[in-house]
Amino acid sequence: MIRITRRVEFSAAHFYHNPNLSAEENLRVFGKCNNPHGHGHNYALEVTIAGEPDPTTGMVLDLKELKEILQAEVIDRMDHRHLNYEVPELSGQIPTCENLAVAIWKLLLPRITQGKLDRVRVYESPDLFADCTAGNSVRGEARS
Amino acid sequence: MKVSLTRRYRFAASHRLYAPQLSEEENRRVYGKCSNPYGHGHNYFVEVTVSGAIDPETGMIANLGVLDPFVQDHVLEAFDQKYLNEQVAEFAPEKSLVPTTENVCRVIFQRLKKFSAAHLERVRIEETSNNSFEIEEGADEAA
Repeated sequence: MIRITRRVEFSAAHFYHNPNLSAEENLRVFGKCNNPHGHGHNYALEVTIAGEPDPTTGMVLDLKELKEILQAEVIDRMDHRHLNYEVPELSGQIPTCENLAVAIWKLLLPRITQGKLDRVRVYESPDLFADCTAGNSVRGEARS
Repeated sequence: MKVSLTRRYRFAASHRLYAPQLSEEENRRVYGKCSNPYGHGHNYFVEVTVSGAIDPETGMIANLGVLDPFVQDHVLEAFDQKYLNEQVAEFAPEKSLVPTTENVCRVIFQRLKKFSAAHLERVRIEETSNNSFEIEEGADEAA
């Protein structure tokens, strides 16, 4: 089994606010990220596909095809957008990189028909990233 | 589906690789330059991975407002700008534990296991941009 990974970047705005919490609680829980004017990041997305190379093409999945899928499902939806207002897949959720990784996983899963979606990694900055994988650990089950 | 969050931290420290039960010559043979008696230093990067359910109220596995100070208090404060062989309790001379980055990795994992807000999954350390070491849950039982 071989894993291949494609990286793309997009830039987007967000802020963290839970309408069920008071203004003080929001500030306490989310700190600077609660600034209602929002702030932005250069996100990097790494998508890993696992599978056996096709004996004819030598490819697990044509990276050109993966690039087009990422363009349509992620870049076109999220690049230069405000994640709180313009991305329906995140509606009703706090747009953390954990939730973003889960939302991207769900968008990509039905689109990967050759090889298997193995991992979605979303970097919010070089020092912070979230991974979404196929594991079915109860402890790691996403509730959102 | 499983979700994890990884945060990258850094500290700078010096160390010397020297096993007291070996002779000077053996230490030099095993550790080479790393056994230089005056020690040497690195800019270490520490990646801490936690997993768990995403709290629907916060959208988070672990709030960085909680994780960052925990790592600061339990690891960075103790390791940053220190001589590991003499200033970090686990590597005190009487412990005979050589501060290789394998052992640093294990010690940091042990320290972070006390984190209660999420499940500690992995600690990965880059000693230089060419060397990295990692330890995962369950792999530290021998420690």
